[in-house]
Amino acid sequence: MIYLDHAATTPVRKEAAEAMALCMTESGHFANPGSDHVPGRQVARIVEQARERFAGLVGAKAEEIVFTSGATESNNMALLGGAAFYANKGKRIALAKTEHKSVLDPCRQLASRGWSLDWLETDASGLIAPDVLAAALKDDTCLASGMLVNNETGVVQNIPALARVCNDKQVLLHVDAAQALGKFRIEARRWDVAMMSFSAHKFGGPKGVGALYLRRKPPVKVQPLMFGGGQERGLRSGTLPVHQIVGMVRAAELAEAEREQVVRHMERLRRRLQDQILTALPQVEVNGADSAQSPHILNLSFHGVDGEALRADLIELAVSSGSACTSDHAESSYVLRALGRENSLADASLRFSFGPLTTAEQIDQAAQRVIASVRRLRGLSPLWQDEAAA
Amino acid sequence: MIYFDHNATTPIAPEVLEAMQPWLSHHYGNPSSVHRAGRLARQAIDAAREQVAALVGGQPADVIFTSGGTEADNLALNAVPVDRAHYLVGSTEHAAVLEAAQARARAGATLQLLPVDNNGLIDEGALDATLAGIDDAANALVSVMWANNETGVIQDVEAVGRVARKHGARMHTDAVQAAGKLSVDFAAMPLDLLSVSAHKLYGPKGVGALLCKRDVELSPLLFGGGHENKRRAGTENLAGIVGFGKAAELAQRDLHARQQHALALRESLELGLANMPNVQIFGQAAARVANTCQFGVRGFHSEALLMELDRRGIAVTSGSACHAGTGEPTHVLLAMGYDSDTAHSAIRVSFGVQNTAAEVETFLQALNEIAGARAPAFAAGLFGG
Repeated sequence: MIYLDHAATTPVRKEAAEAMALCMTESGHFANPGSDHVPGRQVARIVEQARERFAGLVGAKAEEIVFTSGATESNNMALLGGAAFYANKGKRIALAKTEHKSVLDPCRQLASRGWSLDWLETDASGLIAPDVLAAALKDDTCLASGMLVNNETGVVQNIPALARVCNDKQVLLHVDAAQALGKFRIEARRWDVAMMSFSAHKFGGPKGVGALYLRRKPPVKVQPLMFGGGQERGLRSGTLPVHQIVGMVRAAELAEAEREQVVRHMERLRRRLQDQILTALPQVEVNGADSAQSPHILNLSFHGVDGEALRADLIELAVSSGSACTSDHAESSYVLRALGRENSLADASLRFSFGPLTTAEQIDQAAQRVIASVRRLRGLSPLWQDEAAA
Repeated sequence: MIYFDHNATTPIAPEVLEAMQPWLSHHYGNPSSVHRAGRLARQAIDAAREQVAALVGGQPADVIFTSGGTEADNLALNAVPVDRAHYLVGSTEHAAVLEAAQARARAGATLQLLPVDNNGLIDEGALDATLAGIDDAANALVSVMWANNETGVIQDVEAVGRVARKHGARMHTDAVQAAGKLSVDFAAMPLDLLSVSAHKLYGPKGVGALLCKRDVELSPLLFGGGHENKRRAGTENLAGIVGFGKAAELAQRDLHARQQHALALRESLELGLANMPNVQIFGQAAARVANTCQFGVRGFHSEALLMELDRRGIAVTSGSACHAGTGEPTHVLLAMGYDSDTAHSAIRVSFGVQNTAAEVETFLQALNEIAGARAPAFAAGLFGG
């Protein structure tokens, strides 16, 4: 199996797994960081050290980082919690339809409770222009949400510019940065965003842990989603999963240390895959933005093939037809449809996503399989033959 | 170091770590992905779902994996419409239930605390009368913990559940300290919801489960992605869930042996305590989980005692880890009718599978040196009555 689905999840880095194992068993740091005894306080120090390191990697201060169970929780906490705290400013949120489900669904939940959602227009590649955002923000807009790197197309928003627009209008900007760490230098404070969500398993850390950045200056508050115990300064109760936090931060350190080299590597892989497929096959669309593209994702739409048949044909190739979080449902990518792809073409799309250990050989093999598969399916398709004849 | 704080957290069992390792190295698919890596991950989660369900006598489909017991407790309270909810919550509940209910009360729900007797037990007759006085009992949710995290006292959740059922109210039990220590049969009991946590039974931190019977309408805490049958969004904590499953399997297999081991340790501990002056054991007249003993030495503030024990390499606590460092006496003992000074004297010992009789002897000796009959006179009577 060739695994080209790193946007869905990544293998845990060996160093991260090793660090985690040191915080698990009886011979390691297994105590509850909330316990006021020697082993408990030792573990609490480990957590605070981890927090400081993580903060440093994303351009934040330690006291601005809240550990969560993952980006879904971070996104929910930012939007539901932020909305609950700032409802008196106005019950209005601005966002694009290309956001991740874990941003869209809490916002829709708010809509069912009387909030208004203003959908931001994007260009055909999915980019939000700052003046479009500025025009969409109303006096009673409370929050805006944007994603640094889109999980399906890899399109990169100009977050500093969007943050300036939001700050001018005193709107809190939340950024879903789940796909970004390890591919971009993240500078939470310098960009002056209000909130930012992270997920460990997208950059070589374990599943089930993430973080939420909450700006201190000027301060951003959220109402907690979970109560009891008062961990994380009361913002997120529950025993801190020490090994998970340690694994996340170790993975983040590696991802950031290797970032420039890995980005160059992935750019080459992406170019290589795109060139091979586009040279061999006509009628393939690239979903993304040349000028603002994350190197770890290549999303292609294939005219003249049935999406389901294509996926069935490529069963040994671990790629995705959209976000993993929606692949339970037999529906085409809502992101591509929001970008104007018609339903059948959106369905006949593949997302290839690369990791630091992806090799050129894997890329070549994947390209060959995709090319062979698309050719075969197009050969069987009367529709394609009609199109080709026309 | 002597670690007597297993109700706060337990080390991960070696077999559990071993079960987790493949999912932290060569297996890593996203369980929602349709390709083979994803399907393997999905199968591993389903196997763990069966293991966890088996431990507490539930159906695999009842299991909603969460980030831990706190999330499970918070989620359980969403089994009734929050704005119209009427929560009836034991006054000795864990903070995860109490504070979640208080937060909902601030948002318009009604919260009533159920009193307990001197042993920490709920009076079912009083609950019956309270529920009879509620107009809309269908929006009522009773939450009573199976075993108390501080005293170890076991509630008759079956009797409490029967009362709740009689009035059409929902019944939740926090079984975080019961699972793996007692035989738990969710399906056969008049319970709608039950919380468990992996790290209390030699599994990893950061994973737990809410068991929720099929007819319960649960509104999620987290939205986005339709995981866990649309009841808990977010990519599953794969290695954690696999570890939880293995820990549940071991807990079920070793339940009796663990009970006997802990009971023997506690008996020798309590025998030793009985020989000390001014010691009282809380909830001793009630049924307690075998590994837990909470006691106080009259005239000794627990903080002074804990500091001394800590210095000698003995890790115990006064109440819950979630409460540590607040300087407040435990709400559990206050609810049981003890005064503030007595509550301030509480020391909780909670045993685990690795503890030995020799460690209990060492502990008793240390305690005697600090607070026993031959302890330096200056130490006695410094705090409280």
